[in-house]
Amino acid sequence: MLLGDWDLVVIGGGPAGVAGALTAALHGLRVAVVDAGARLGGQYFRHRAAPPHSSTPGFGRFLGQVRALRERAEVLTEHQVWSVTRQVDGRLTVHCAARDGGRERPVALGCRRLLIATGAHDRVLPFPGWDLPGVLTAGGAQALLKGHGVVAGSRVVVAGTGPFLLPVAVGLAEAGARVAGVYEAGGGLGLARHPLRALGKAGEAAGYGVALARHGVPYRTRRAVIAAHGEHELEAVTVARLDRDWRVLGTRRVTCDTLATGYGFIPQIELGVQLGCDTRHDADGSPILAVDHGQRTSVPGVWAAGEPTGVGGWRLAELEGRLAGLSIAAAAAAVAATAPAVAAAAAVPTAANAPVPVPVPVPSVLLRRRRSARAFAAALLEAYPVRSGWQGWLRDDTLVCRCEEVPLARVREAQELGATDARSIKLLARAGMGWCQGRICGYPVACLAGEPPAPPRRPVAQPISLAALAAFDEDGTRTEPHTTEDPA
Amino acid sequence: MTEPFQITIDGHPVPVTPGQTIGAALHAAGRRSWRTTRFGGRPRGLFCGIGVCFDCLITVNGRPPERACLLPARPGDEVTT
Repeated sequence: MLLGDWDLVVIGGGPAGVAGALTAALHGLRVAVVDAGARLGGQYFRHRAAPPHSSTPGFGRFLGQVRALRERAEVLTEHQVWSVTRQVDGRLTVHCAARDGGRERPVALGCRRLLIATGAHDRVLPFPGWDLPGVLTAGGAQALLKGHGVVAGSRVVVAGTGPFLLPVAVGLAEAGARVAGVYEAGGGLGLARHPLRALGKAGEAAGYGVALARHGVPYRTRRAVIAAHGEHELEAVTVARLDRDWRVLGTRRVTCDTLATGYGFIPQIELGVQLGCDTRHDADGSPILAVDHGQRTSVPGVWAAGEPTGVGGWRLAELEGRLAGLSIAAAAAAVAATAPAVAAAAAVPTAANAPVPVPVPVPSVLLRRRRSARAFAAALLEAYPVRSGWQGWLRDDTLVCRCEEVPLARVREAQELGATDARSIKLLARAGMGWCQGRICGYPVACLAGEPPAPPRRPVAQPISLAALAAFDEDGTRTEPHTTEDPA
Repeated sequence: MTEPFQITIDGHPVPVTPGQTIGAALHAAGRRSWRTTRFGGRPRGLFCGIGVCFDCLITVNGRPPERACLLPARPGDEVTT
């Protein structure tokens, strides 16, 4: 069914989406928020159904925002957005697959403006055995703990690069897991000289350091897990000592039943790419949505905030959400003021009928805070680069693409056949053609091709049933399924 | 719904804390894989844990495969492998 004609639909109920939605709603806009999860929070504020006292910084504040939002806006959880289309009159339609009991139900939301706040997911690197059960992403281990109260394993290794490894390891140790070690591929300076300190977060770094020490967890830099071992499940990992380019200097075996690994984050921008939003590369090479000072993308009526505009953590995400909300409210007010008689038509921003950009009345203190938070985020990205030596950890039979089970040898074969870029490798070797649509292997394949990762083109952003697709037509207005039978 | 309940995997009971997904409940019960890959027959369970990687696809109550990490467990759900 087509639900309403919203002033604003926000995709993603993490810190950016909630702040943006609440800000716009407080300015009188009719707002709907859609989120794939069962509860708002996104990844950082992921929480259990009945949250116990949470030590997550900012969590109480976030819950307060959610309460205020629920009084003023429509909140739709368990709604997966698979496409956003532009109608002939310029309005946008947000196509979702909603979970309804055990069934999937197509839902479409009509709106005049869109805020993309879809967050990010872990960036992982392949290595021999990385598809063994027991190998999890760092974010996956964190999601189990925060969202479900499940400790990922009893003897856990945490490995990868970036400051996120620290809270993951501390969380696991405090929940009772034996953390055999935290292996940071970058750095070389140890926890005492952790970049968090240099960047003015000494307290945060010290807090993690104290917690790791209390649980007897060793923190080692220039170390990485370069292989996972086990018959049907993870039983041990090979930890390597690395040089500054991440080439292996020496190895040892560490027994564990679980590995939590992550090498930074990949912003989820495919909905913006679908709509034609301009992209650019972040400090770490990740494609992100380009936005102006008011978080506006290059496409009229479409804003973005949080990780899709550059990975920077929850504080920056919330700030960008607020700025987007103010900017959206200002745009709506400008339209209403300039054309009250034809508001219905003029309220719809189209390429041909784009409203003249109005100055966004954004408090300069917020802009200053965003500037400094972005500088901090960029410095962190630069402090934790992924070095090319990881490619030497792979063997010919190491899977690069988990979905289509494409080993390195097939990627190399494709390259020998003349595939010089990631797209040609995909077409020849099928890496990235499976269920995840290259979300996991896209980054490593781009690295193997020697190019920065390209903006993701996924016309259907989530797998959907044929019934949902059948209910979709060109102007996006008719969305009732033709049949109520089970999806084909 | 605040009382713990059960689901089954191939007929074996698995305890669930309300609010958990099928994937979280299985992982917590020590069940780390529930499907094998098409070509290599390799075991797969949770990997990304947030609905991105599709490794954890699972058959519940005979429905087409869904992501175990996103699928809330409901009393009496029957998982088949």
